[in-house]
Amino acid sequence: MIWLDTLVQGILLGGLYALFAAGLSLVFGIMRLVNLAHGDLIVFAAYLVLLGVTLLGLSPWIAALVAMPLMFGLGWLLQTVVLNRVLGKDILPPLLVTFGLSVALQNGLLEAFSADSRRIPAGALEGASLDLGLVTVGVMPLLTFASAIVVIVALNGLFYHTALGRAFRATSDDAVTAGLMGIEPKRIFAIATGLAMVVVTIAALYLGMRSNFDPAIGPARLIYAFEAVIIGGLGSLWGTLAGGVIIGVAQTFGAAVNPEWQILAGHVAFLIVMLLKPRGLFPRAVD
Amino acid sequence: MLLETRGLTANYGQFRALFGVDIAIAPGECVAIIGANGAGKSTLMRSITGILRNDAQMVLHRGESIGALSSAEIMQRGIAMVPEGRRLFPSLTVEENLLIGGQVRRAPGPWNLDAIYDLFPILRERRRNPGTALSGGQQQMVAIGRALMSNPELLLCDEISLGLAPVVIRDIYAALPRIRAGGAAIVVVEQDIGKALAVADRVYCMMEGRVTLVANAGDVTRQQIHAAYFGEAA
Ligand SMILES: Nc1ncnc2c1ncn2[C@@H]1O[C@H](COP(=O)(O)OP(=O)(O)O)[C@@H](O)[C@H]1O
Ligand SMILES: [Mg+2]
Repeated sequence: MIWLDTLVQGILLGGLYALFAAGLSLVFGIMRLVNLAHGDLIVFAAYLVLLGVTLLGLSPWIAALVAMPLMFGLGWLLQTVVLNRVLGKDILPPLLVTFGLSVALQNGLLEAFSADSRRIPAGALEGASLDLGLVTVGVMPLLTFASAIVVIVALNGLFYHTALGRAFRATSDDAVTAGLMGIEPKRIFAIATGLAMVVVTIAALYLGMRSNFDPAIGPARLIYAFEAVIIGGLGSLWGTLAGGVIIGVAQTFGAAVNPEWQILAGHVAFLIVMLLKPRGLFPRAVD
Repeated sequence: MLLETRGLTANYGQFRALFGVDIAIAPGECVAIIGANGAGKSTLMRSITGILRNDAQMVLHRGESIGALSSAEIMQRGIAMVPEGRRLFPSLTVEENLLIGGQVRRAPGPWNLDAIYDLFPILRERRRNPGTALSGGQQQMVAIGRALMSNPELLLCDEISLGLAPVVIRDIYAALPRIRAGGAAIVVVEQDIGKALAVADRVYCMMEGRVTLVANAGDVTRQQIHAAYFGEAA
């Protein structure tokens, strides 16, 4: 039954990758922007939560709740002050700007927090597990996965059942015509990036409680997130979850064979999906 | 005047598409703008609605310059457009396409979902369909309804009948008097001169980026239009 255990661990790990990826997917879906600093923003948010825990003595959950509006504001500012100015027909300028932001964030975090690895203390939850009969699962991985589902359900609800979501979809379809509806595309983009940063904060909470982190681990999180988005098909959040699960399962099976193969197996799974379905598993009809 | 352009110029890069266009539209009026392909009619519409930015002072709404405003700000002042090619949002259903037209600005007035479904009953049946799954004529009805949802003071329709079947064109033209009765001024950009003259109070003819004729629709002659449209001596 060891393979069943491996499968379940992999699926649950996919929840973490889906959380990494949901914000990236959201922003890409609305403004065709790939934020290369996404992973570093997750790490930044993890330090923010850690500060709430260590300086203010908050529980990690409350610290994350406090960090969310701050991260929303940061995302809003980042979009308004920087990214809106470089968005356009040419996709290179936003890539360069977010790459620069990634480097700056890593160096800033290194300066502020040193290269030592840190962890957000999760108290009793840290080692807790549930015996489900056939398999035993950690409470933390289970919570992570459940949070990923909640985030995706909430984002889809926002997208398809609110006026703001309607404006998101319209702006994504055709920003010029959205302007004729009285919608300011740049405002919509700022709200979207702010929302993505709220999701980033949730991802950061679990990242920081489940494993050690340091200022340099952002780019690898970006790669996992990116692969999950691409596997799922651009613009589909459930697809992003499926992508995260595929990478997670590949990683745990790779690790079961040989611990050194964990990361490699995830990337190989990504390449295999790309060879079989170049547009991802659930591509959008319009694009 | 509800809307005025004064010496309006517009450029695409080095290419000048409008050379000093003056038009004026009074509240509640119906104005037709005719002219051959490439005359600059759509460029004029894009300049009024802020898709193409122009110098301040060239476009005035109720005497105030709106040339420096964004499309969204201009729309919020009550100027709605049915763009050339209709441009429905593919990710939105018919009903969502209508709703989004009145989402940011909804002035008091006769237009709401029910009123638009009464104006174009076929849309009520198709309201759950994706907007782009409809026929061209039905899409044009959605585009008109979408623009009306904000209860605009001025409705600009760029190529209202281009490429549509004659029965559909009849239905769409039949809706225009009801839209006027709702209080909106209307500008129809139209290549079909007969249709344009039948519905409009006044007509502007454009050629090569200039206005070549302004006339009351009732007294304009075929020769005058011919000369203004093709640039030949009458
Ligand atoms: N996006 C554009 N870029 C460059 N030139 C354009 C563009 N759109 C229109 N033009 C040119 O501007 C002139 C006026 O076009 P347009 O306003 O679309 O005319 P109309 O709507 O009367 O057919 C034409 O010569 C056309 O080729
Ligand atoms: Mg045109």
